[in-house]
Amino acid sequence: MSPPPQQPPPTSATAAPDERELLSRLRAGDREAFAALVALHGGPLLRLAISFVKTPAIAEEVVQDAWLAALESLGKFEGRASLRTWLFHIVANKARTRVVREGRTVPFSALGSEAGGDEPAVSPERFDRGGMWKEPPGKWSEENPERLAQNTQTRAAIEQAIAALPEAQRAVITLRDIEELEAEEICNLLGVTLSNQRVLLHRARAKVRQALESYLAGAR
Amino acid sequence: MLTCKQITELVTAYAEGQLGLTDRLRFWMHLGMCSNCKNYVRQLKATAKALGKLPEPQLPPEMRDELMRRFDGWNSRQ
Repeated sequence: MSPPPQQPPPTSATAAPDERELLSRLRAGDREAFAALVALHGGPLLRLAISFVKTPAIAEEVVQDAWLAALESLGKFEGRASLRTWLFHIVANKARTRVVREGRTVPFSALGSEAGGDEPAVSPERFDRGGMWKEPPGKWSEENPERLAQNTQTRAAIEQAIAALPEAQRAVITLRDIEELEAEEICNLLGVTLSNQRVLLHRARAKVRQALESYLAGAR
Repeated sequence: MLTCKQITELVTAYAEGQLGLTDRLRFWMHLGMCSNCKNYVRQLKATAKALGKLPEPQLPPEMRDELMRRFDGWNSRQ
């Protein structure tokens, strides 16, 4: 059986401005088109940059440079990936160059125990000698993802936990869970293997869960 | 038989579909009997999903203005 023909996406008054149209206007030097694209993707690009470099001032410079680089290479964007993914690649490259230049850290691919490989997801003290729960996870007063993200306090707990993560874990959880990119795309972006990516993601999720537990189960 | 500790290490591999059939069965069997691990797995999933629901951050206005200035510079060189 052949698949049904692809329906064009529904149009509505609230639909995001068409990116293709914005891009072709941008190629013609349209200032408003640039402003619209910055409004669409600027915040997430800055969040990704922060996940690499930590200090907001450097992240802002990285993002400024990335937009300029994107303008310079607009002709190379073929539309095979989404525009945001293409911009993420540029930000990741700029951030990496910056980080290497400052000699502050090693590339993600070279991370060993720093990536959290030996670190347990849950504190070993919470298990007995047979590996069964001694101090099991308490019931949460809230488990609805939307409400966890909307509630000021749980959102703050999530954001603080992410900010406190080691860089590679922060970058992976940002791309995978916040931006919802495919695992393969993240490996490509960060230069890590699939199993590395999974370990980093797991460590990061476990820590954010722990932060929520302290708030949703511990405090009551 | 998997231990609870092992379950807490395998959740993401399980959720990403990266466990082989035997491990997947062992994972299911454990969850079927252990409400603590069931809680843990549910909470970890809720955490991951909540991250996808966070509001998109906005650029600070002064940064947006700086970007527009840079755009004008770029545009005038074209």
